[in-house]
Amino acid sequence: MTSHSQPQSVWSRYIFSVDHKVIAIQYIALGLIMSVIGSYMSYVIRMKLAWPADPVVGFGDLAASQYNMLVTMHGTIMVFWVAMPILVAGFGNYLIPLMVGTDDMAFPTLNMLSVWTFILSTVVLLISLFVPGGAAAAGWTSYPPLAADPRFSGVDLGITLWILAVALEFVAFLMGGVNFITTSINRRAPGMSMWDLPLFVWEEIMASIIFMLSVGPLVAGAVMLLLDHNFGTGFYDTAQGGDPLLFQHLFWFFGHPEVYVLLLPALGILAEVITSCSRKALFGYKMVVWSTIIAGLLSFIVWAHHQFISGIDPRLAFPFSLTTILISVPFAVTIFAFIATLWGGSIRMTPAMAAAVLMLATFLLGGCTGIILGSAAADIYMHDTMFVVAHFHYTMVPIVIFAPMAGFYHYFPKMFGKPLDGPLAWLHLVGTGIFFNLCFLAIFPLGFMGHQRRISDPTQFGYIDGGESLQILATIGAIGALVSQIPLAINIVKSLLSDRKADSNPWKSTTLDWQTPSPPPHGNFATTPTVYRGPYFYSPPGIEADYLPQNLPQVDAPSDQVQASVSEPKTIPA
Amino acid sequence: MLFQVERHRCQRYLGFEMPEILGSCSTRDMYPLGDAVMFEWFEAMPQSISTYGGQLDDLLRLIVWIVGPWFLLAEGVLFYCLFRFRERDGVRAAWLPADTLKVNAFILVPAALVLVCDLVIEAASDSVWHEVMIHTPENTSSMVRVTGQQYQWLFRYPGPDGTFDTADDVVSVGEMHVPVDEPIRFDLQAKDVLHAFWVPELRFKQDAVPGRSFDRWFQATRTGNYDIGCAELCGVGHTMMAAELIVEPRADFDKWIANNGEVAQ
Repeated sequence: MTSHSQPQSVWSRYIFSVDHKVIAIQYIALGLIMSVIGSYMSYVIRMKLAWPADPVVGFGDLAASQYNMLVTMHGTIMVFWVAMPILVAGFGNYLIPLMVGTDDMAFPTLNMLSVWTFILSTVVLLISLFVPGGAAAAGWTSYPPLAADPRFSGVDLGITLWILAVALEFVAFLMGGVNFITTSINRRAPGMSMWDLPLFVWEEIMASIIFMLSVGPLVAGAVMLLLDHNFGTGFYDTAQGGDPLLFQHLFWFFGHPEVYVLLLPALGILAEVITSCSRKALFGYKMVVWSTIIAGLLSFIVWAHHQFISGIDPRLAFPFSLTTILISVPFAVTIFAFIATLWGGSIRMTPAMAAAVLMLATFLLGGCTGIILGSAAADIYMHDTMFVVAHFHYTMVPIVIFAPMAGFYHYFPKMFGKPLDGPLAWLHLVGTGIFFNLCFLAIFPLGFMGHQRRISDPTQFGYIDGGESLQILATIGAIGALVSQIPLAINIVKSLLSDRKADSNPWKSTTLDWQTPSPPPHGNFATTPTVYRGPYFYSPPGIEADYLPQNLPQVDAPSDQVQASVSEPKTIPA
Repeated sequence: MLFQVERHRCQRYLGFEMPEILGSCSTRDMYPLGDAVMFEWFEAMPQSISTYGGQLDDLLRLIVWIVGPWFLLAEGVLFYCLFRFRERDGVRAAWLPADTLKVNAFILVPAALVLVCDLVIEAASDSVWHEVMIHTPENTSSMVRVTGQQYQWLFRYPGPDGTFDTADDVVSVGEMHVPVDEPIRFDLQAKDVLHAFWVPELRFKQDAVPGRSFDRWFQATRTGNYDIGCAELCGVGHTMMAAELIVEPRADFDKWIANNGEVAQ
């Protein structure tokens, strides 16, 4: 079954590898390294806001221009260089071929090209931090005219490199997306229909489709920005017949779907962890898949809710507010389905499950506060305030940090064949949960005060007077949350250095990714698995074990009941 | 009422006292950490001084009163399930794949209720939006042109002849004078990059875009001085881009216009 033989040299095994598992770990490792840089930036930002007059410990004096740069690069790195590589490329690459029961991605060489393009984009981005004039400082959204003319932002080469890095990064994920979709559709194991795919694969397919359809307009927008910035064209300059708002439309036509590009894989990871740890079938699998598809479609017609007060025709607020509110429904269905999955379960609180609960509990607040921002009138007050900052951290941190944590604790034994330490994991998760909430619960009221985003010195404005203690609390929370990652680092190193062996299926899961050794060998499966049933046969009636893997041909002592609910072995295509 | 707690309250956080800051609009309450729940956030808002500010505040409260219980309910059910259905010896999980529409109703009906709540919010929101952003007060013309530029706010009044861009225009940098209890129509413009005109007390915010002019309005109900901020990242001096809104009686306003030294050339 293995289409390519095991490469021998270290070079081709671990560096220029075409193995989806190695590529996945490369992506995750790069994402983790970038997350250290992005987190350091958030530390400097929080210190500056808490003590605006003092130099930042571990950074020094912080000029306003550097503050803008840090805010810009923190956002850019966290969304494009942490969230995308870990959630989409990392977990997607690792799990899709295993879950669909094949030996590798449909296009392994393209996959390698993808990760190396991503590495190139990372290098370009990191270089931009050290060029004269500094890195991009026009916000992670890089709105023109500020981003379109070096005279306005004071940053010249930094913005050019920023655009190039982001464009290269998109190329990398386009290649990845082609692989994800093709592999899920074309390389499924015999007997596996689309309705037998684990939810994670569905979510990755939808995320890839959304990404591929939405990224084009942004690339067009970025090219025009590059031309405006470097060659004096006037696509975004009203004096030359352009329009600054054009960029905002192109950016958010991509930018909002991008949120779902990240959210969907996170929900997919959660579905796998929650079903396995509560020993229950996913409640309403098809309903959740359809919700995902509907949400994917709706995600293309909500973008202007980022622009209610940007100067678009005020009459556009109503339709975009309506679509925004509608898109909350499919996600409500998904979240409710996850909670309903717990109902009647036998919940084993593993670290992965704890991280999944942390994700759900915090994401709920992120979603609920989004309703305030989705209302155009309430957005007049809240737009571009710290309320928005707290809201999107309450959505993005659960999506980008907590869901991958759940995935990491769940799949680490599979990826490395070694178990992680339980107490250290709990220390990590409890600390992260407490300090994350401390940080961002303190930031919501700052938004209510009127504290606008991206200002480096809150003492300038009377209406933020009295917010000092909240700023300090938020900073304590941020530092605490960062320090809480130390147990995770210790845990990883300790586990990798140990010679303990993990079970091939330590959580007794049903999906194909667990029906191979840990870590899976090159080629994944000794023999091609055949799939007989859907992904979530946990605690089905009529058998003694509380799970029934997808590839197990027969049920022990089948009862009538099982016959009714377990589908017949499917005809295997020739 | 929950939302109408007196504004001057001892500021306590983590057990240490914060200095009491006096002032009509900039003082707000700090609550002990345990109270840091959604409902208390309203206490942090500066007092509304515009005719539509109250409607916007009511809308925010409506949203929180609708969304808040849903949030608490969802969290409650989540943690109830985690406790009630924790792993126990000899207890097997239920087989509940929920593959029929009838069973899915357990999810779809709550989701439909969410939609109804959403639509209620949308209806309430749209009327406030219309009042602030689409409605224009009758029998008024633009009283002042507000221009954002790196990194200050300029305010140009038409002067005695009532026409902009004439010799008797009154130009002020950093001070926006308006009469109290009168609808103020203004044009919002930007010279170089995007800015956003932001006065929390007015409950008003609008981006200013180079090459465009936005016709907006407010009516202040209380005299006093209020900070104007820029709410759209506009460059190195973004933080410093502050101005002052001075709401005063009509007579004082007329005097200011008449005596202003900075008359345009």
